[in-house]
Amino acid sequence: MTVYIIRRILQLIPVLLGVTVLVFLLMHLTPGNPAQLMAGENAPPEMVAQIENRLGLNDPLPVQYFDYVVGVVQGDLGTSMRYNTPVIDEVAPRFWVTIELALYATVLSIFLGLIAGIISAVRQYSVADVSIMIVALFGLSMPNFWLGLMLMQWFSINLGWFPPTGWGSPEQILLPVITLGTAGAAIIARMTRSSMLEVISQDYIRTARAKGVKERIIIYKHALKNALIPVVTVVGLQFGALLAGAVLTEEVFAINGMGRLLVDSIMNRDFPVVQACILIISVVFVVVNLLVDISYKFLNKRIDLND
Amino acid sequence: MSDEKILEVKDLRTSFFIEGNEIKAVDGVTFDVPKGKTLGIVGESGSGKSISALSILQLIDSPGEIVGGEINFKGQNLLDYSEAQMRKVRGNQISMIFQEPMTSLNPVYTIGQQIREALKIHRGLDKKDGTEKSIELLELVGIPSPRKRVTQYPFELSGGMRQRVMIAMALACNPELLIADEPTTALDVTIQAQILELIKELQDEMGMSVVMITHDLGVVAETCDYVAVMYCGKVVEYADVKTLFKNPRHPYTVGLLNSLPRSDVDQEELIPIEGTVPAPHEMPDGCRFAPRCPFATDLCHSELPNLDDVGEGEQVRCWIYTDEWDGDPEVKVYEPEKRTSED
Repeated sequence: MTVYIIRRILQLIPVLLGVTVLVFLLMHLTPGNPAQLMAGENAPPEMVAQIENRLGLNDPLPVQYFDYVVGVVQGDLGTSMRYNTPVIDEVAPRFWVTIELALYATVLSIFLGLIAGIISAVRQYSVADVSIMIVALFGLSMPNFWLGLMLMQWFSINLGWFPPTGWGSPEQILLPVITLGTAGAAIIARMTRSSMLEVISQDYIRTARAKGVKERIIIYKHALKNALIPVVTVVGLQFGALLAGAVLTEEVFAINGMGRLLVDSIMNRDFPVVQACILIISVVFVVVNLLVDISYKFLNKRIDLND
Repeated sequence: MSDEKILEVKDLRTSFFIEGNEIKAVDGVTFDVPKGKTLGIVGESGSGKSISALSILQLIDSPGEIVGGEINFKGQNLLDYSEAQMRKVRGNQISMIFQEPMTSLNPVYTIGQQIREALKIHRGLDKKDGTEKSIELLELVGIPSPRKRVTQYPFELSGGMRQRVMIAMALACNPELLIADEPTTALDVTIQAQILELIKELQDEMGMSVVMITHDLGVVAETCDYVAVMYCGKVVEYADVKTLFKNPRHPYTVGLLNSLPRSDVDQEELIPIEGTVPAPHEMPDGCRFAPRCPFATDLCHSELPNLDDVGEGEQVRCWIYTDEWDGDPEVKVYEPEKRTSED
């Protein structure tokens, strides 16, 4: 197990190097000279040349890439062109806000999705099942920025129950979390339903019934643990979509998270910040999927992680 | 047949309701299981033998439903029991083992956890006592190093070992009746014999009764005291095992015997039963076997015979043995010499 985890972490290295290559090229393939941008449109050519030298923009690309990676490993993500401050100071506080938002939304979607999916599967074709699946279809099809705006319109503006913007207090957190978590809840509900239905028809469920096990225990103990494996995979994959969704949710609710920072930085061509945001989001996604892979082992002992 | 009956199934009817059609999988099945004895239920796939067995424990899933009859277990009709009462019977007084040992154990729990569960439900044993008892049971069913096995998962065991685990689980609470639904069909021939022998030994040791469901007459000859032959949801013949093999009466039973290879005579070919089993929605009006029966008359095609007594506790559902028989009065259904080769 430990060996597996260490090996998986080592395997992350090439993946992350690939990410740095892409992120690095992003800066150099986009049109426009960053030094010119920093210096301003009407700056004298000497000043631009000076900045180019300072940033090492005249070095060959591989040398620049090497310098970039060495910097990243040392925690130096560069300097923001807009604020002229270390990128890490810009990104760090925003990062925690986004992680918080994504985490709450994940918890909400797992919680709602599992309960709805189990009810749907156990009462297949009932009114409850059909209603849950219709609601799930809506949740899935609704763009989350629109859902966010509608929630804001009803609960903040019309009813005045929640503040429409910001992040921090429980009242502020609720609407963005619902906005971001709904699609995930819908996907998890559908996945749980089909997975549970498949498991319920298995021979070992009949064996449990033949032993005299109560129906409730059959569902929660014998069936659910088997049904969770595909659901966990979906949760891992959903996390990527969730981070993307966080960008829109943060815009709608004016939350100062990393998503908003990313959008602002793109608008202002603040490339070091854009690079840092993408790099961090990639790392988070890769790590979450590693955690998902490890969790399989606890759900199904048959999965041999050393293979 | 004067022995005490542990189980009496009377006119059991189990149907499946699919798209408004009723499919009668078990259509008026009647049989007894004498205490301490083994009853074999034989029939082809789709004859309703497994559904009959599942009906005893009321393990029929929707869209299936038990629509009539009685299942008297020690004089009590199980069909009058509530679901909660049935749960106290399942795995406790009546246990069941299944055809597919590979898929009948839950892959995410250890062998020990799965055996312990029945002990906890019916005997209230805690984890420590339950584990000790599980180890005892695994030893009883002949699993080597049981102390190690209780902590293993089903995928770490072979098919034969898993069937032994299923048996250990079924026997955990000393059931009075064990229903074995084709327990050896999915196993290798050498393992089959071991499992059958194990069931027989444990039966003698614990004094339980067994319902052995199989399509294999060899299994019947080895393990059963009585046999019910099923065809298309009905019992066509019921007899003790010696009589059935020596003097089969129903043309279907004769057909089954004739299609078995024999080692005691020189034999060049087997005699198959002509035709195929009718589909559930196109059951003939008369005797279900009439379209395939070499002796069938107009009476057979138009009216269904009853399961009538024909002697010492033997019953057969065939017009030939009734006064109404309109065919050749001298008809010989079973001719052992016919089974030897012609030359």
